[in-house]
Amino acid sequence: MTAQPTDIATYNFAYLDEQTKRMIRRAILKGIAIPGYQVPFASREMPMPYGWGTGGVQVTASIIGPDDVLKVIDQGADDTTNAVSIRAFFKKVANVAVTTETAKATIIQTRHRIPEHPLSAGQVLVYQVPIPEPLRFLEPRETETRKMHALEEYGLIHVKLYEDIAKHGRIATTYAYPVKVEGRYVMDPSPTPKFDNPKMHRSPALQLFGAGREKRIYALPPFTDVVSLDFEDHPFEVQTFDQPCALCAAENVYLDEVILDDHGGHMFVCSDTDHCEKRREQGHRGHLAPEIPLALEKTEPAQ
Amino acid sequence: MDIVTQAIEGGFADPVFDAQTVFRAVMDAMARPGKLQPLPVFTRPPTPLSATAGAIALALCDNDTPLWLDPALQASATVKSWLGFHTGAPLANTPADAHFALIATPAEMMALDGFSQGTQDYPDRSTTLILEVSDLVSGAPLLLEGPGIEKTATIAPAQMPRHFVEQWKQNNQRFPRGVDIILATSEAIACLPRTTRIKTMEA
Amino acid sequence: MYVAVKGGEAAIRNAHKLLADRRRGDRSVPTLRLDQIVEQLALGADRVMSEGSLYDRELAALAIVQARGDMIEAIFLVRAYRTTLPRFGYTRAIDTGTMLVERRVSATYKDLPGGQLLGPTFDYTHRLLDPELAAGGEVAEPEQRAGEAEAMPRVSAILAREGLIESDGDMPEDHVPGDITREPLAFPMARDIRLQALSRGDEGFLLALGYSTQRGYARNHPFVGEVRIGEVELALDVPELPFAVPLGSIRVTECQMVNQFKGSAKAPPQFTRGYGLVFGQSERKAMAMALCDRALRASELGEDVVAAAQDEEFVISHSDNVQATGFVEHLKLPHYVDFQAELDLVRRMRAEHDARENAGKAEEKREAAE
Ligand SMILES: [Zn+2]
Repeated sequence: MTAQPTDIATYNFAYLDEQTKRMIRRAILKGIAIPGYQVPFASREMPMPYGWGTGGVQVTASIIGPDDVLKVIDQGADDTTNAVSIRAFFKKVANVAVTTETAKATIIQTRHRIPEHPLSAGQVLVYQVPIPEPLRFLEPRETETRKMHALEEYGLIHVKLYEDIAKHGRIATTYAYPVKVEGRYVMDPSPTPKFDNPKMHRSPALQLFGAGREKRIYALPPFTDVVSLDFEDHPFEVQTFDQPCALCAAENVYLDEVILDDHGGHMFVCSDTDHCEKRREQGHRGHLAPEIPLALEKTEPAQ
Repeated sequence: MDIVTQAIEGGFADPVFDAQTVFRAVMDAMARPGKLQPLPVFTRPPTPLSATAGAIALALCDNDTPLWLDPALQASATVKSWLGFHTGAPLANTPADAHFALIATPAEMMALDGFSQGTQDYPDRSTTLILEVSDLVSGAPLLLEGPGIEKTATIAPAQMPRHFVEQWKQNNQRFPRGVDIILATSEAIACLPRTTRIKTMEA
Repeated sequence: MYVAVKGGEAAIRNAHKLLADRRRGDRSVPTLRLDQIVEQLALGADRVMSEGSLYDRELAALAIVQARGDMIEAIFLVRAYRTTLPRFGYTRAIDTGTMLVERRVSATYKDLPGGQLLGPTFDYTHRLLDPELAAGGEVAEPEQRAGEAEAMPRVSAILAREGLIESDGDMPEDHVPGDITREPLAFPMARDIRLQALSRGDEGFLLALGYSTQRGYARNHPFVGEVRIGEVELALDVPELPFAVPLGSIRVTECQMVNQFKGSAKAPPQFTRGYGLVFGQSERKAMAMALCDRALRASELGEDVVAAAQDEEFVISHSDNVQATGFVEHLKLPHYVDFQAELDLVRRMRAEHDARENAGKAEEKREAAE
């Protein structure tokens, strides 16, 4: 016997009600008008937990339309479980086309990475942000950090970075590395590795940041100056890898370390799975690439 | 048509998707200042409210957003009840209380600094101005630069507010406080967020 | 050769199938009906309604079943549903003075108008497990009140007549009550906003904080002026109508804490108030909320802020269990990109450290040899 579901609870298109979408849309417009400033918004509970991308999901749900093609990545990969889950959510509630191909997506929701393939005008990159306040770990109080932003008083964060140099000989921040936007607001780029920071600078794409639990939205319009904080004698540097991707031989990309056995065997592969697959399709091969050619379904149209 | 019918008709045919389309056009315009975003006709508001300005109001305003109307719009009871019926937005007592302002005759509008500028702590608490202009090509050309613009952009909106270039410079100087402007013609929109600078055109 | 793991979608699907199986359990045991939960696990449903901020017993019951009895998960389900509901209006403030009271106790007076009314309480039950309940024995009908209930003025009103208790937190004439589900929180916050946040705050968290004030972390000398549980009427003003439209009634628990106060630069010696109000029947939560409310009024009353319970940003930022559980549990999501970055840094710093050590040892050896 199959029980008939009752109409005890029903949900609106794209999950959010229209009033909520309007509220988020207004916050997005303010964010774009004041690049790097965190706009408070009345974040809603979402059907996934806070901390699991609710900010990004609310932003995406508020901007997405029937003609959009959505890509969702977590750690650069389309096949990580949370990315799969969020993609399935939008397929279900908004019935949009989804893709794993960076170049084909109109909206890319991401956690922790910026795709390797350069973004283009018209694309929107939506970041899931856990802690939007770049000063939070230096000053836990919102009342204080708000004052610091208002007065453009960023001495504290420079002191923190400089203490790193004094103690460790280098700036010991490797991800969520703070940036300054258009010479005004210090902004948290979300926990992307600092490797990705230069990609934010004057990107042709619109970048939107959603922090659901902390109730903040912020934005970088295209072609906006985004400069990683540094010092004259200790300029900002990105991570470098000693070897290319073991699967596609890519260099100058961000690599994940994959443990192969329990005797210390490991290899480095692209964290951006789409980038890696694309390169292998084009015939690039790393020293551990499998023989079998790839044949993956990449785009699913709306139903 | 009586006032009640006029107030009720002419809203979005498809509230969900029309609102999304209008918002995306506004978002893209705000993200790329000076770039024209074409917008088909989605609403049929009573005059002097234009279809484009009406569509923007329906997409963005509701009972949480006090709305200020310029005298030309204020004078029309039909416009007020149309906006009231379709958005539920309360009318702001003063321009400084408004989240949005609808301006039918920008050439006669009050100074930009009369609207809410936001505060240094909360610069987002400022008024967004929706200006009805006849076109974006026949007025004095404005050479624009700033975030969202790769090098420069040019628009030439007609019937802009008096001393606009000077007023806008002051708006820039208030950053991060300041107003943002949405320019609405009958078929397109363009935006001037507070970060956009107008370069003086050398003769 | 290496083939990356794929098939996240199938894995998720299968995991959820297994979850559904475990939720159902042994198929020979009858499925729980929602009315059974509404009737027999009523206080569980009350907590879900209260912290889920949605007064709907049936949905709360559904959430409890769906969550397999995990209360925070059930609260989360209800919140994620309520947030999608359009807002039609705001009712008039409820008047707990006109409550149809089922329980009302005061610790500050032996007897008082309306009397002490124990109602359906666990108090004075001996906590002995009852095998008869397990056997599903018959339950006797309760006693009924004979005649009309006596009016029950609130204890705070009785104290106020003597002028010994502060007035009830007057708001300016034009004050529009806030709505934490509609506006972003900003600190410092007005008391109406704070009370809303406390009312949906995690029972355990508020209980611990309230308890901490009793143990000396910002002690505030509380007395339970009154706890009352019962039904209150809801009414909605509709612009077109000259009268308020009755919407029915809801069950709430209210706690008025009366706190002795020696006076400060800002306020004279008097009794002060701490207030708790929650959906359904939950004295523990209402009392804990009242203790926290009083503690959080420290700045307003000119007291030093010395303990966690008095710290508004600390309390309100961490009281919501839906937020807290999400962020704590998000740590199990993959973080390998960031971990890689840290791994690289630690390896480099370790190599430099070892090189320095080795150089130091070599230097020592050379010196020793000389
Ligand atoms: Zn690769």
